Amino acid sequence: MNKEEQNTEKNPIEAILRMDRMPHIWCPGCGIGTVVTSFAEALRKEKYDLDKIAVVSGIGCTGRVAGYIKLDSFHTTHGRAIPFATGLKLAKPDTKVVVFSGDGDIAGIGGNHLIHAARRNLDLVVICVNNFNYAMTGGQVAATTPKSANASTAPYGNYENAFNLPYLTEAAGATYVARWTALHLRRVTKSIQEALNKRGFSFIEVITPCVTLYARRNRLGDGLNLLKYYYDMSEIQHGADTRTLDISYQGKLIVGKFVDKEKPTFLDAMNEHLSSALGDKYQIYGDKND
Amino acid sequence: MKKSKADPKGVLTGSHFMDGDFALAEGALAAGCRYFGGYPITPSTETAERFSERIPYVGGVFIQMEDELGSIASLIGAVWGGKKAMTVTSGPGFSLMMENIGLACMMETPLVIANVQRGGPSTGLPTLTGQQDMMQARWGSHGDYEIIALSPDSPQECFDLTIEAFNLSEIYRVPVFVMTDECIGHMHEKVVIPPAEEIELVERKWYKGPKNKYLPYKNDTDGIPFMVKVGDGYRFHTTGLTRDERGYPLLNAECQATCVSHLIDKIKDNADKIIHLEETDIDNAEILVMSYGITSRVSIKAVQEAKKAGIKVGTMQLKTVWPFPEKRIKELAGKVKAIVFPEINAGQVVLEAERVVGDKCEVVSVPHYGGWVHDPKVILNAIKEAAK
Repeated sequence: MNKEEQNTEKNPIEAILRMDRMPHIWCPGCGIGTVVTSFAEALRKEKYDLDKIAVVSGIGCTGRVAGYIKLDSFHTTHGRAIPFATGLKLAKPDTKVVVFSGDGDIAGIGGNHLIHAARRNLDLVVICVNNFNYAMTGGQVAATTPKSANASTAPYGNYENAFNLPYLTEAAGATYVARWTALHLRRVTKSIQEALNKRGFSFIEVITPCVTLYARRNRLGDGLNLLKYYYDMSEIQHGADTRTLDISYQGKLIVGKFVDKEKPTFLDAMNEHLSSALGDKYQIYGDKND
Repeated sequence: MKKSKADPKGVLTGSHFMDGDFALAEGALAAGCRYFGGYPITPSTETAERFSERIPYVGGVFIQMEDELGSIASLIGAVWGGKKAMTVTSGPGFSLMMENIGLACMMETPLVIANVQRGGPSTGLPTLTGQQDMMQARWGSHGDYEIIALSPDSPQECFDLTIEAFNLSEIYRVPVFVMTDECIGHMHEKVVIPPAEEIELVERKWYKGPKNKYLPYKNDTDGIPFMVKVGDGYRFHTTGLTRDERGYPLLNAECQATCVSHLIDKIKDNADKIIHLEETDIDNAEILVMSYGITSRVSIKAVQEAKKAGIKVGTMQLKTVWPFPEKRIKELAGKVKAIVFPEINAGQVVLEAERVVGDKCEVVSVPHYGGWVHDPKVILNAIKEAAK
């Protein structure tokens, strides 16, 4: 292989990345990039039509994902990725809409939208990268920070209870719920594939190390160490009772696919109900109205 | 600008007896709005109720969101999905929408928000009127930007100006506010809805060029960039961050200047085309009564009485409040003795009149703190006082 040929050899992930925006802003050892890799791999394996899928992010480190993905992509406001995606999905039902954002964005400031989107069973895929803190702003305590972990606004350790996101989303009505760590690359990929093929609200939590803030502040080693630690501490329990999935500080992580069930989506329910209530006068809503 | 006729499916042609809130919904449907995301709030809720009742027969989506932050965010998403979209709210909900109104401005997203104003601040007077959100409409979101705000004085104007709001939003790719109030919202009057073929609409400025050449924020010759929607194959990006022509974040002073000045100039430079005023007896007037919305209706009585008393009074109804009609008011300021400006607030838009007029004539604020409209006598007294 001569030098020129070498230069034209591309990583398959480049097909869905905005290479003109590289290098990205994520720290060396951050787990967000591996989740993006899994997402790209899921699209490649599914041979997904890249014109029929959009990504919506909020604000924060993971909020930057939309800016690097070469699909129709939106970098919106803090906490509002899910309602933005709601409008987009309802306006363009033939498009798969993926919300890619962090724990602070989705479960903190945007928590209300998370539970309501799950309740409505909107046909969305939500990939929530959980790094246990507000990283972009400097490692503040979050709704997901395990008890006793140190954070810049919990300098003596966190004493609040953390959200158990699989339990929360299942209770709210999600039809697909899974949790992995960022090092479970193939399993994250498979979960994203399953979610892409699911009609309904899918929630995938991915535990990732925040090397610069959470790891350093809590003296947990470098990113690779922590990535491996989370992986080693995880135990796969498919179908586990989501009530048992609380995360303790540096403790065992139950991972797996916990929920995978069928239920009419918001639009299916709307069309079905209004058709039966209004008969022929009802204008079935869908792509033909576009 | 590509024009089209209204889709008859959304147009309820005929003479109706309906309130301003219903007329907002009918205006939206006639304008081709097929997405409504809303949250109940007095005194605007009837618009959402009307839309939810009508849309199943027209073809579109109504969703009652979990809050106003969600409503406005969902609108922006729906517009990028290709729909025309609207929401309606009142003061507290308007406050909650402010951050994403900024996002809509930054992403240059055409959409319409009606604010059926009530007395504030805070929960204030949920069931009683006010015009206290006028400055909030202009400045409410952080940062520098321009928006368009219209103010109807009747249910008929709620219908007419909602259509105008949709057209302006499409031409300038900007959020447009219909600033009505509780009085008009709940006032039942005759509303005439014309046949669909008589309703002229502005189509979205779609980009049709090659897929790898699309730049979301490259201005066309008219200063407004082309739009695409999700699924068209352009695989574009947009963000609330300061961005370049590609829609990519570029965080420096130079890009900020280009981006923000464009958001301002596209409205300021086209102010003459946007501004919609209604004037009466202006030519020989010594007193000019300026007003908007319900206060224009209340002023009529005072103006009639003043004329009977021999005062030469002209009127100007601001159907467009923002952008403010600076040029026209400057012209008139040199001709009239005073401008009398009643508003149902402590004196908001009058500040703009004062700024524009300078010392060319007197500007008299006639404030009312909300809860009811002015007693015409109060406006009459202000006119008489100014004419002395």
